[in-house]
Amino acid sequence: MAVLAVAALLALALLTGRPVETFVVLPSADGHIGTVVVQRGDSRQVLNQAYATSRLGEAEVTRLSPAEVDRAYGAALHALPGRPASFLLYFITGTDELTEESKIELDKMLTAMRVRPLPDVLVIGHTDTRGEELANDELSAQRAERVKGFLIGIGIPGERIRTSGRGERELLVPTADEVDEPKNRRVEINVR
Amino acid sequence: MRASLAAILLCVSTAALAVDAGEIKVVQGSAYLERAGERLALKVGMPVREADVVITGANGSVGITFADNSRLSIGPNSNFTIERYVFDSTTYAGQFDGRLNKGTLAGVSGKIVKQSPEAMRVHTPSAIMGVRGTDFAVQVDRR
Repeated sequence: MAVLAVAALLALALLTGRPVETFVVLPSADGHIGTVVVQRGDSRQVLNQAYATSRLGEAEVTRLSPAEVDRAYGAALHALPGRPASFLLYFITGTDELTEESKIELDKMLTAMRVRPLPDVLVIGHTDTRGEELANDELSAQRAERVKGFLIGIGIPGERIRTSGRGERELLVPTADEVDEPKNRRVEINVR
Repeated sequence: MRASLAAILLCVSTAALAVDAGEIKVVQGSAYLERAGERLALKVGMPVREADVVITGANGSVGITFADNSRLSIGPNSNFTIERYVFDSTTYAGQFDGRLNKGTLAGVSGKIVKQSPEAMRVHTPSAIMGVRGTDFAVQVDRR
């Protein structure tokens, strides 16, 4: 039945010259399933289940099988870049020296760089909630820049490193304002 | 003379404004990039920007990682334009509009949609898909 419907749609597309447009939600590598919303003129379809499919000309949300997804999208999916790897680094307060745990993280980070063909590195500074928000934006950006210097020092080319400062927007340990929390004063590294 | 100076100044200011949206991470088979009417060979590590068009042949595919960790891959016989890419790396506010004119596209949303759901959109000839944080695939089949 579904095959017939698809055949009918394709025939329609041939006759009218309009392309067949298909939208599919896929489960992520960790099993998470999110949502997309497909808007066509006044009609709106919400897809929020694994393999939920919206196709031009079909009023109902349908479902592709994993085999159909592989047939239609296998080549594209195969070219999807690897998921960015994330690492947290902490420094001994007032120094440029990594804590013992962070030295192990750094090793893992270097391994993640080795397994990627041409990795780039994103260094993201974070602060705790002490101080004004704007000052923390500045402080987190400086913290990221210092780590960039550190990474250049161990041989990573500077032009492959970007930095940003998130200030106090993304607390690892949620706290009230004006709380000294060492776990929040960190630098996150994404290897991509 | 004056006109050419103006043209040069315009080029310089456009170049200064062009911010990298992301980077090519995967290239397979025949594929190229169209930028300002020029055809550029694709290679891993090459930056991409707003208004770039990725075009693939029958055996081509291309993978791109964007500044906000969004990832997209373009399958064979496809034509995909980065229409708009704005991302604030401090607040994570931004807007990502891509257009699949034909072919196949697979993707995983990134930090932009964590900050504002549906800030990532894929346009096709007759629809707009807003992404609220998920893996997805889109096809525009012009048989």
